[in-house]
Amino acid sequence: MSNSESGNVGIVIVSHSAKIAEGAADMVRQMVGNAVPLAWTGGDPEGGLGTNVAGILKAIEIAWSSAGVAILVDLGGAETNSEMAVEMLAEDRRGRVVICNAPVVEGAVIAATESSGGSSLSAVQRSAEEFYA
Amino acid sequence: MHDANASRASKSFTTLTASAVLVNPVGLHARPSVKLTQCAKSFAATIEIALDADGPWTDAKSPVKVMRVKAPQGAMLYFRVTGLDGEAALAAVLALVHDGFGEASSSD
Repeated sequence: MSNSESGNVGIVIVSHSAKIAEGAADMVRQMVGNAVPLAWTGGDPEGGLGTNVAGILKAIEIAWSSAGVAILVDLGGAETNSEMAVEMLAEDRRGRVVICNAPVVEGAVIAATESSGGSSLSAVQRSAEEFYA
Repeated sequence: MHDANASRASKSFTTLTASAVLVNPVGLHARPSVKLTQCAKSFAATIEIALDADGPWTDAKSPVKVMRVKAPQGAMLYFRVTGLDGEAALAAVLALVHDGFGEASSSD
C-alpha cells in the first residue's frame, strides 16, 4: 500500500485475492507512476480468499484525496462490501467515492492514467467504464 | 522518421498533422498507450491518432481508445493536432514515439 499526496483522484483496488489486488497495484505503479494515491486490499481477515469491509475502509483512508476516490472491484462480494464501506464513511466523504463498473486490472490502470492527468472523479470513472461501453 | 510538415487547414487554429513509425518492440500496447495519453493530456490541444492518413481518428487522451487502436511495431502512426499549444503537443508526442516510449532504455 502506498500513497502520494497530490490533488489527484485516489484509486482503491479490491479483489478477493490479495495477490491480484497487489499485482494490479504493481501494474498501476509501473505503468502510470506515483502521481496517484493508490491502495489495495484483498482476501478475508484469515488470509483466505474474500473481501472485508474493514480492509476496504482502510484502503480508502490510505488512498484518500480531496478529489475523491475511485474503487475498482472484481466479483460480487467485493462490490457489496465496497458499497457497505462507502456507506460507513463520514458523510462529507461518502459523495466523493465511486465504485467503477470496470474490470479490476484494466480499470485500475485506466482510472489511474486518467487521474494522473488531473481529471475529475467523474472523468476517472467514465474512462474506466469505457471498457464496458 | 518524422514527416513534420504541417498541413494547414482550419481557420481558428491550424490543424497540424505528422506521422512517425512505432519503433518500440511492443507497438502501442498498454504501457506506451498510458504514456501517450498522459503526454496528450498535458496539452490543451485536441490530439488524435490514426493508423491511416485518412483516419479513422482516435482521441489520444483516452487510454481505452488508444489501446484499442492496437498499433503494432513498425506501424506508421498519424497525428492530427488542433489547438493553441498544438505545435508543442505535436513535438512532444512525436518525441515520445521516436524514443520508443522510453522502452529501449530503463523501464520506469
